[in-house]
Amino acid sequence: MASAPVPVPEADSSRVSGDTRRRTGRRVTLLIGALVLLVLIALGSLLIGSKPIPPHTVWAALFAPDGSPDQAIILGSRLPRAILGILAGAALGVAGALVQAFTRNPLAEPGLLGVNAGASLAIVLAVGTFGITAYSGYVWFAFGGAAAAAALVALIGMRGTRRLDPARLVLSGVALGAVLSGIGTGLALLNPSAFDQLRAWTVGSLADRGSDLLAPVAITVGIGLLLAAFTGRGLNALALGEDAARGLGYHPGRSRVLILLAITVLAGSATAAVGAIGFLGLMAPHLARRISGTDQRWLLVFSAVLAPIILLIADVIGRVILPGELEAGVTCALIGAPVLVYLARRKKVAGL
Amino acid sequence: MSVTHRVRSRSRTRTLIVCVILLALALLVGIIMIGSGDYPLGPDRVLGVLFGGGSDLERSIVLSWRAPRALAAIVFGAALGVSGGVFQSLTRNPLGSPDVIGFGTGAYTGALLAIMLVGGSYVATSIGALAGGLGTALLIYFLAWRRGSHGYRLILVGIGISAALAAINQWLVLRADIEVAMAAAVWGAGSLGGTTWAQALPAILVILPVLALTLAGGRTLGMLELGDDAAQALGVRTERARLMLVVLAVALTAAVTAVAGPIAFVALVAPQLARRLTGSAGIALIPAACMGAFLLVTADLLAQRMFAPIQLPVGLVTVCLGGVYLLWLLGREGSKRLR
Repeated sequence: MASAPVPVPEADSSRVSGDTRRRTGRRVTLLIGALVLLVLIALGSLLIGSKPIPPHTVWAALFAPDGSPDQAIILGSRLPRAILGILAGAALGVAGALVQAFTRNPLAEPGLLGVNAGASLAIVLAVGTFGITAYSGYVWFAFGGAAAAAALVALIGMRGTRRLDPARLVLSGVALGAVLSGIGTGLALLNPSAFDQLRAWTVGSLADRGSDLLAPVAITVGIGLLLAAFTGRGLNALALGEDAARGLGYHPGRSRVLILLAITVLAGSATAAVGAIGFLGLMAPHLARRISGTDQRWLLVFSAVLAPIILLIADVIGRVILPGELEAGVTCALIGAPVLVYLARRKKVAGL
Repeated sequence: MSVTHRVRSRSRTRTLIVCVILLALALLVGIIMIGSGDYPLGPDRVLGVLFGGGSDLERSIVLSWRAPRALAAIVFGAALGVSGGVFQSLTRNPLGSPDVIGFGTGAYTGALLAIMLVGGSYVATSIGALAGGLGTALLIYFLAWRRGSHGYRLILVGIGISAALAAINQWLVLRADIEVAMAAAVWGAGSLGGTTWAQALPAILVILPVLALTLAGGRTLGMLELGDDAAQALGVRTERARLMLVVLAVALTAAVTAVAGPIAFVALVAPQLARRLTGSAGIALIPAACMGAFLLVTADLLAQRMFAPIQLPVGLVTVCLGGVYLLWLLGREGSKRLR
C-alpha cells in the first residue's frame, strides 16, 4: 500500500489553509501515480495471456493494424477485455463507495441493494422461459433484473416514511435479495440449462464478453459516474448527519435519491456485464479510504481508479496462474480477502 | 403483589402460552407431514401408529420412512433458532448468525470437496462439511483475535474469508459436471430430503444435550446484553462465558449442517419473530427454539409438497418465507429500527 498514515478527518471548509493545500497536492500526486499504474496494468493485460505476444505486435495492433492472427487476439479479445475491466471496475468501486457512505456502513457492498439476486433471477427466467443461452442475449435481462430489484428495495426501504432510512434500506436489501435468490436458485435447480448459465455468470469474469457489449456498458457506466460526480458534496454533508446537512443548505432527500440512482445504474450495469463481483465494491473503497481520508469526493475518485487496477490485476493473474483460466471474480476475492483481513487487523480501522 | 411483579408474571404467562402454541403447531405440522405422501394417512392413523397401533405397512411407512425427517425438522429448527438467538444477542445485531464467522460457507467448501474428490457418500459429505465449517470458524476467530475479539474486526475478517471461500465454491461448482454441480447446489441450499434414522439420530443425540446447556446459559446471555461491566458486576466472567456460548451455538449449527447442509434464515428469523410474539425486550432462547422448530417443519412440508413430486431443498423455502416475513416486518414497523 502506497499510503502514508491516515490523515485526520478534515472539516471541509472553504478557507484553503496551507495544510489542506499540501494535502490536496499529495492526493493529486497519488492520483496521478494510480492512473499511471492503471495504464501500465492495462498495457500489461494486452501483453500477458495464454499465447505470448511480443510488445511490438501489440504496438502494431494498436496503431497500425494489419489483421494478422496475433493482432486479432489483441484487438478482438484482449483490448475489449481490458476496457470492460476498467469500466466495470470503476463502476463497482464507485458504487461500493456510494453505498458505504449512504448506509454509513463500511461493510456494505453494491450487492446490498439486491442487484446480484435480481440479475440472477432475471437470467434464470431468460434462460428458462425464453431459451436464451447466449451471453449477449441475457445481459439485458440481467440489467433489467438488477435495476428492478434495486428500485424495489428503495421503495420498500422508503415505504411509510418520507425519509430514506439507511438501516431499513440495508434490511430490505438483505430480505429482498434472499427471496429473489431463493426463487432464482429454486427455478435453476429445476432447469439444468438455466443452472449451467447461472453458475457461469455468478463467478464473475471478463472473458468472452464480446466487444459489442462495450458501447452500451460505456454509456450506462458514464451516466452512473456522472450522477455520482454530482453526489460528492451531498455525501460530505450527509456524513455530518441529516440535521447538519440541512443546516448547510443541502436537501438530504434529493441527494439520497440521486445517490440511489447512481448506485443502481453503476452496480446494475457492471453486474450485468461481468457477473457478481460485489466483493470488489466492498474492498476497493476500504483501500481508497486509506489514501483519500474521509472526503467523499476524493474517496469516489480513488475508488474509481483503484477498483479497475484490482480487477485487471486479478484478470491477468487468473490468465496465467492455471492452465485454462481462473475467472477474475475468483482471483479478485482470493487476492482481496487477505488485503481486507490485513486492513481489519490494523490497529485503527479507518472510519467513514 | 407489586405492579412490576404482576407485569412480569403476565409477560411470563404470555411467553409460556406462545411457546406451548408454537410447539403444538410444530407437532401438528409434523404429523401432517408424516401423513402426506404417495401413501396418504390421516392424522388419526399417524397418531395411532405413533402410539403403537397400525398395520405392518403403516408402521414401516410412518416409523422407518417418514418420522426421521419430521423429527429432524423439528429438532434442527429448534437448534438453529437457539443458535441464531445466541449470536444475535452476543453481537447485538439482528442480522447476527453463525454465518458471521463463515460457518455455512466453509461447510459448503468442505462438502463440495468431499462430493467432488471422494464421490460424496453421506458420511464423506458430513465429515467434509464439519471440517470445513469448524476450520473456517477457527481461522476467522484466530485472524480476528488481537488482545480480545473485537466485534467489528470479527465481522470484517469474516466477510473477507467468506468471500474468498465463496469464490472457491463458485469455481468448484463451475468446474464440476452439471449433475454433480446440481447435487452439490441442493446440498448447499440445505435439504432434509431422504433423511434416515442413521443420519438423523446421531445429530439429534448431539443436539439435545447441547441445546439444554445453551438454554441453561440463557440467563448469562441476558446479563451479557447489559454490557461487560454490568455483567462482571453480576458475577459473570465475560470472555469465558462468551466463548462458551459461541462454542455451544456453533456446535448446534454444525450438527444440523452435517446432516442437512447449511439451511439459511431460520437462525436469522426465528429469534426475531419469537421476540415479537412474546413481547419480550431481549432475545429469549426458549421461544426462539419453539419458533425455529415450527418454521423449519412448516418450510419442509412446503418444500415436499409444493411442487410434488419434485422435492425442493428446504433452505430455499426458509429463505423465501424468512425474507417475505422480514419485508412485511419492515413495512409494518415504519421508520423504527428493528431492535
